[in-house]
Amino acid sequence: MVAGLTRAERQSCLFLLTLVGLGALLVAVPGRWDPIGVHGLLVILLCAATAAYILPRLDLPEPVEDRSLSYYDDPIKAGIALTMIWAIFGMFVGVWVAAQLAWPALNFDMAWSSFGRLRPAHTTGVIFGFGGNALIATSFHVVQRTSRARLAGHVSPWFVIFGYNLFCIMAVTGYGMGITQSKEYAEPEWYADIWLVIVWVTYFVLFLRTLARRKEPHIYVANWYYLAFIVVVAILHIVNNLALPVSLAGAKSYTIWPGVQDAMVQWWYGHNAVAFFLTAGFLAMMYYYLPKRANRPIFSYRLSILSFWGITFFYMWAGSHHLHYTALPHWVQTLGMTFSVMLLVPSWASAGNALMTLRGAWHKVRDDATLRFMVVAAIFYGLSTFEGSFMAVRAVNSLSHYTDWTVGHVHAGALGWVALITFGSIYTLVPALWKRERMYSNGLIEVHFWLALTGTLIYVFAMWNSGIIQGLMWRTYTESDTLAYSFVDTLVAMYPYYIARTIGGLLFLIGAIVGSYNIWMTVRRGIPVQEKLGEGELAPAGAVPSPAE
Amino acid sequence: MAEFFHRKVERNAIGFVLLIIAAASVGGIVEIAPLFTIDETVETVPDMRVYTPLELAGRNIYIREGCYACHSQMIRTLADEVDRYGPYSLAVESQYDRPMQWGSKRTGPDLARIGGKYSDVWHAMHMNNPRDVVPESNMPAYPWLARTQVDASSLSAHLTAQQALGVPYTDEMVADATRDTLGQATPDSDNAYAMAERYGEDTQISAFDGVTTSVTELDALIAYLQVLGQLTDAAYIDTAAPELPSDPAAAGAAVDQAEE
Repeated sequence: MVAGLTRAERQSCLFLLTLVGLGALLVAVPGRWDPIGVHGLLVILLCAATAAYILPRLDLPEPVEDRSLSYYDDPIKAGIALTMIWAIFGMFVGVWVAAQLAWPALNFDMAWSSFGRLRPAHTTGVIFGFGGNALIATSFHVVQRTSRARLAGHVSPWFVIFGYNLFCIMAVTGYGMGITQSKEYAEPEWYADIWLVIVWVTYFVLFLRTLARRKEPHIYVANWYYLAFIVVVAILHIVNNLALPVSLAGAKSYTIWPGVQDAMVQWWYGHNAVAFFLTAGFLAMMYYYLPKRANRPIFSYRLSILSFWGITFFYMWAGSHHLHYTALPHWVQTLGMTFSVMLLVPSWASAGNALMTLRGAWHKVRDDATLRFMVVAAIFYGLSTFEGSFMAVRAVNSLSHYTDWTVGHVHAGALGWVALITFGSIYTLVPALWKRERMYSNGLIEVHFWLALTGTLIYVFAMWNSGIIQGLMWRTYTESDTLAYSFVDTLVAMYPYYIARTIGGLLFLIGAIVGSYNIWMTVRRGIPVQEKLGEGELAPAGAVPSPAE
Repeated sequence: MAEFFHRKVERNAIGFVLLIIAAASVGGIVEIAPLFTIDETVETVPDMRVYTPLELAGRNIYIREGCYACHSQMIRTLADEVDRYGPYSLAVESQYDRPMQWGSKRTGPDLARIGGKYSDVWHAMHMNNPRDVVPESNMPAYPWLARTQVDASSLSAHLTAQQALGVPYTDEMVADATRDTLGQATPDSDNAYAMAERYGEDTQISAFDGVTTSVTELDALIAYLQVLGQLTDAAYIDTAAPELPSDPAAAGAAVDQAEE
C-alpha cells in the first residue's frame, strides 16, 4: 500500500493523520466525561496506529514506473476486503437480533446488546458498512475503466475509504454506548455526521476530477448512477441531519425538524437512501459488471436514459408513502403514493434492460454462478420494486404498515437485489483486480449462490406470512364488534416465523462467509494471469463497454 | 431528438451533476416546504404543554435505547387502530418532538397514548423484566435503568438547546430545570409544587419507580411514558370519525358504533 506512494504522498498521509488526530483531541478533552470522549480517544488511537504503520515505511523506495500509464487499484483492494468484513459483521448482528426476537434472553441482559441498540448496528453494518464500501470500491474501479483514466489522486482515495470506515465504526460503536439520534437509518450523532460530510465531499471531488481526465468523450451510464448516488446522498444526509448539539463537549443533539415536518424530512431521507444508496449505486454496478461478465453490450441506450432520469426525478417524491393515514397532511400522502406507482416504469426499465442484455447468452447463466448472482439480483430488483409500488398504495399500506411485511420487502431488496448484485460484481472484479485467471473455486461460488438464494427465500416468505397474518389479526373484529385479538395474541402468532427468519438469515450469513473464504484464497493461492496486456494498464480505445446504439 | 440532446449532456460532468440536482430537488421542495407555511399542517390548541425536564430526560432514554425499532407513536386514522389505541394522533401532539418517534414497526404495541393506561408500578416491573407481567413478551429487560441516576444538573443545557430551536420553554423553566427534575419525582415537596406551577397542575408528580430518595433513569422513563398522549386533550375533544375504514367489515363496525 505504502510502496505505491511517493515520499511526499506518504508525508501528506502523516500530515492528514496528525490533523484528524488533533481534531479528535479537541473533542476528546472537553468531552472526557461523555461518551463522545470515548470516540475522540478511539480516533486518536486509530490515527496513531496508522501513522505508526506509515512512519517506518517513509523511506521505502518510491515507485519508479510512470504511474499515469496504469490504473490505481490498491485502494479498491482495501475496499473489497472491508466490504466483506462488514458483510460478515452486519449479517452476523442481523442473525443475532433476529434470534433475540424469537428468544429474548439472547441479549444476556446487557445494555449494549439489547435489541434497540443492536438493531441499528445491523442496519448500519449492512447498508453503510457492506453496501457503502462495495459502492466506493466498485466506483473507483468502474470510473477508471470506463474513463480510461487513473484515479485523480493517490492520497484522497485512501482518505475516502478509511474516512468512510471511520464513520461506520463511530456509528456502530456509538449505538452500543447509547449514542443515537433514533432517526431511522440516520442514527449517528452530529460530529459523525459532520465527519461524513467532509469525507463525502472529498469523494465527490475525486470522482469528478477522475471523470475530467477521461479519454472517452461520453460518460458511461454506470457513472451517471454513481454520480447521482454521490450527489443526492450528500443532499439527503445534510438536510436530514441538521441538528443543534446540546454542548460541543457532548454527543447529544436535537434535530432542527420538529414533529410532522421531521417525519416528512426523515422519510424523504429514508426512502431516498433506498433510492440513491441501495438502488442507484447498485444499478451502477449492474450496468458495468453484468454486460462485462455476459460479454454483451447493454440492451438499450434509450431505456438507460429513461430509467435513469425517471429514478432521479420520481423517487424524491415517494417518501411520504411511509406516512399513510398518519398526521401528515393528506395531499402529501397522495403525492407520495402517486409517484411511488409511477416509479414502477423506470424501475422495470432498468430490470428489463438488464435481463434483455442477456438475450442469446442465457446458457451462460446456467453455467456461470457469478453471472447468475447478477441475473437473479436483477429479477429480485424487478420483483421488489413492483412490491414497493404495490405497498405504497394506501389501501395495501393500511394492512402492511407497521408489520413484518415491510421487513420482508426491505430484505427482498437488500438480500435479493443489493447483496446478490454485489457478490456477483465482486466475483467478477476480484480475479481482475488481483490478476488471477479466475476465482479460487467455482464450486464455492455455486455453494454461496444456493445458500444466498435459499436464505433469501426463507426469510422473505417467513416475513410475508408473519406480516400479513399480524396485519389481519390487528383488524379482525368479533361478531359483537370488538377487536378479536389482543396485541399479545398477535405477537404469539409471530414466533414460528421469527425462528424461520433467523434460519434464513443464518444461511445467508454462511454464504457470505463461504464467499469471503473464496476471495481470500483467490488472493493467496489463485492462478496468476499469464503475461499479456494486463488489466492494470490503461485500456486502448474501444475496450470500454459501450451502450448499444 | 431527445437522444441527441442526451448525447451532449453526457459529455459534460458538471452539467450532468447540475441536472441531477435539479431533477432530484423538485420532489422534496414541493412536499416539505409547504409543511412550514400551510397553517392547517399543525393544529393550534391552547392546552398543549412542553415536556418537563424529567420527561425530556425520559424521552432521551427512549431515544438512547432505540425503542422506535419496535414501538410506533402514531395511531393511524383507521377504525381498528382507534379502537385499540384511542383517538388517532394529531400533528400537534408531536409538535415539540425532536426528533419525532412515530416509528415504522410494531413488534410491540403503539405507545402514542400509553400514558395513564398502566400504573407506575406496572411500568417499573415491566421495565425490570417484561416477562414478569407479560409472559409472552419478547421485549428486552432494562434492569439497569433503576440503578442509574439521572444527571439532573445537565438538563438545563438541554432546555436551552430546545429553547433555541423554538420550543416555548421560559427562562425560568431553564433556570430551575434541576429543581423541577427532583420535584417531579418527589411528591409533596416544595420543589414539586414549584414544578407544578410552571408546567401545570395536571403534570404527574410521583415516586414513579417507588423510591423517592433518588431520581433514576427508570423514574425519568416512566414519567415520559405516562405523559405520552397526555400533553393536550385536543385529540379527545375534536375527533371526527376515522377517516377511512380499513376494510368493509371494519366499516360496518364503525358505522354500527356511530349509530349506537
